Amino acid sequence: MKDTTTSFQPSPARPAPTRQVAAISWLRSNLFGSWFDTIVTLFITALLLSFVPNLIQWLFLSATYAGDDEVCRQNGGACWPFIVEKFQVLMIGVYPQDLSWRPGLAGLALLVLAGLTYTDRIRGVTLIAAWAILPIFALMMIGGAFGMQEVDQSVWGGLMLSIMLALVGVIVSIPLGILLALGRHYGSPAIKVLCVTFIELLRGVPLITILFMASVMMPLFLPPELVINNLLRIQIGMILFSSAYMAEVVRGGLQAIPKGQSEASLSLGVSSLYTVTFVIVPQALRHVLPPLIGRCIALFKDTSLVIIVGLLDFLGMIKGAALDTDWLGFQAEAYVFAAFVYWLICYSLSLYGRQLEQRGPNAHT
Amino acid sequence: MRNSTKIAAVAVATLAGASTATAGTLEDVRAAGELACGVSEGVPGFSNPNSDGLWEGLDADICRAVAAAVLGDSNAVRFVPLASKQKVLAVSSGQVDMTSRTTTWTMKRDSAEGVDFTAVVFYDGQGFMTSAAAGISSATELNEATVCLTTGTTTELNLADFARANGLTLEPVVFEGKREAVEAYASGRCDALTTDSSQLAAFRAGFADPSEHTILPDVISKEPLAPLVAHGDNQWKDIVTWVVYGLITAEELGVTQANVADVAANSGNPAVQRMLGASGDTGGFIGLETSWMVDVLSAVGNYGEIYDRNLTSTLGLERGVNAQWTEGGLLYAMPIR
Repeated sequence: MKDTTTSFQPSPARPAPTRQVAAISWLRSNLFGSWFDTIVTLFITALLLSFVPNLIQWLFLSATYAGDDEVCRQNGGACWPFIVEKFQVLMIGVYPQDLSWRPGLAGLALLVLAGLTYTDRIRGVTLIAAWAILPIFALMMIGGAFGMQEVDQSVWGGLMLSIMLALVGVIVSIPLGILLALGRHYGSPAIKVLCVTFIELLRGVPLITILFMASVMMPLFLPPELVINNLLRIQIGMILFSSAYMAEVVRGGLQAIPKGQSEASLSLGVSSLYTVTFVIVPQALRHVLPPLIGRCIALFKDTSLVIIVGLLDFLGMIKGAALDTDWLGFQAEAYVFAAFVYWLICYSLSLYGRQLEQRGPNAHT
Repeated sequence: MRNSTKIAAVAVATLAGASTATAGTLEDVRAAGELACGVSEGVPGFSNPNSDGLWEGLDADICRAVAAAVLGDSNAVRFVPLASKQKVLAVSSGQVDMTSRTTTWTMKRDSAEGVDFTAVVFYDGQGFMTSAAAGISSATELNEATVCLTTGTTTELNLADFARANGLTLEPVVFEGKREAVEAYASGRCDALTTDSSQLAAFRAGFADPSEHTILPDVISKEPLAPLVAHGDNQWKDIVTWVVYGLITAEELGVTQANVADVAANSGNPAVQRMLGASGDTGGFIGLETSWMVDVLSAVGNYGEIYDRNLTSTLGLERGVNAQWTEGGLLYAMPIR
């Protein structure tokens, strides 16, 4: 009698792969895969060996961690007491030091809000409102409101000024950029021409030109009685410049939205304003998150250009610190510290951007 | 807040067709209660923020001296850092009341650019630095030497002229940036480094052992640095000019920050009595208090003290041509009477 059913017979297990030491195999496949890879690997190793030990020696091993400029000069390595001594002026510039708690408090508010945003504790309207209120709060604290002593903007400086310029720049220029992009994409011909002219005019000139215009040329055009603060002129210049770039980034996102989206929304009876605000723009922004974050980082780094119009931002104070008569000859330390701080801030921004992208369309409402 | 109300007020005034007559700078400064003084963003020994966030340097002290004379308070200064391109424009457009920012007194600026220079506070000029071990005491001994310098027609031209006039053979080694030229000199690439003396002093102070380098006394170009004010306000120009002359005169007469109160009360020297207001009213000539120079000197000291505090004790820059005329220098203050 023939058996009509066949029972499943698993095929015998294959033998275990020959055991490879992870590190060696990784090296072989990644660094010494071919003769070309081998040459590149050896070349880069030699290059690193030629300066990394010296760098570590200078940065850490023979560095001075305590003492004054005399001790530093004798030791020869990096002089970290210099940074410690200059830390406060690097952070707040020539802002009165007995009032330093005020920018300190504003900075703390910024850190707390950044933390809340990064950990996704606040969302939606609360998030937007909080970030809109923060610069106003910071301006009030730093400039003096609620009957506090007024501090003129000519003494604002250091990292405080850099962050302030970037923060206000980003917060104002993103909505402005969205409006410009919408105007260019959906506007009537007249509006379209206006938006295109604005965007192309501002994208067509370097930021330095705009800063010079704002700082040096503007006072010539304005009547002598009308003195608009230098800082305010610079800030407006940066916002306009940045919004032109933001607009182009956002327009890229608008173009990526299929026509069906707005058609579906309109056919459901949603008004065109609501369609744009709640259907088109949120999707467009999600598409362009990476370049949008990129623009924010670029704007923060662009703030270092304000030194050419006499604002002592973080990099300006770094330069000033290296020129202090008591601490001459330590500009290397100053610039290493500046690079570290800029990297720290920009890297945090891009980490946040990556995290935003990973939240995905369903998690993010 | 204050600015926006000002803007609104101006807008209203303009709309109403009212022409706002510009009051004198002196009245403006008194009304504001502070002197807006333009300084550089950072030049060692002249103006630079220190670790406490306070501006220090010779230029900054000139601002303080003027504030002390006008307002009786040397701290009533709002320092406005100005980039090089802004320094003349900021004064002529009224953004600052005066600029004290290592600015060379040239004919073009003084005439065509709408500013007036007051009195020279520092005679700078192209000088030389060599290694002390070479034992050279004058630039004329630099024959056959290699000289590091930065590109820029004036520096190179001055060096060539100097070499030709003194029958020297100098080999210039030109660099794009100041830092590179200094590094090249420090590494022994050149026998000498040439640029403005005040900068040489700053570079030297940054070396591991500044005493290994000498700045030669020869100055081969003219860079007179003077504070500037807007063109057209003669009273204000007089004030800044005479405050500088007052500082220089005080040194000449031996009046210092420490002894000014005592000298003002007891000195029998008529020149000192006039300056400090013990006899006559020199302050009244320029619209200031009788005690104007007492206020200035008790706040910042005389010119010699300012120079020593900012340039000699920190950068090791000797007086050189900036000595009093009685000592063979160029400082010659007009008599206060």
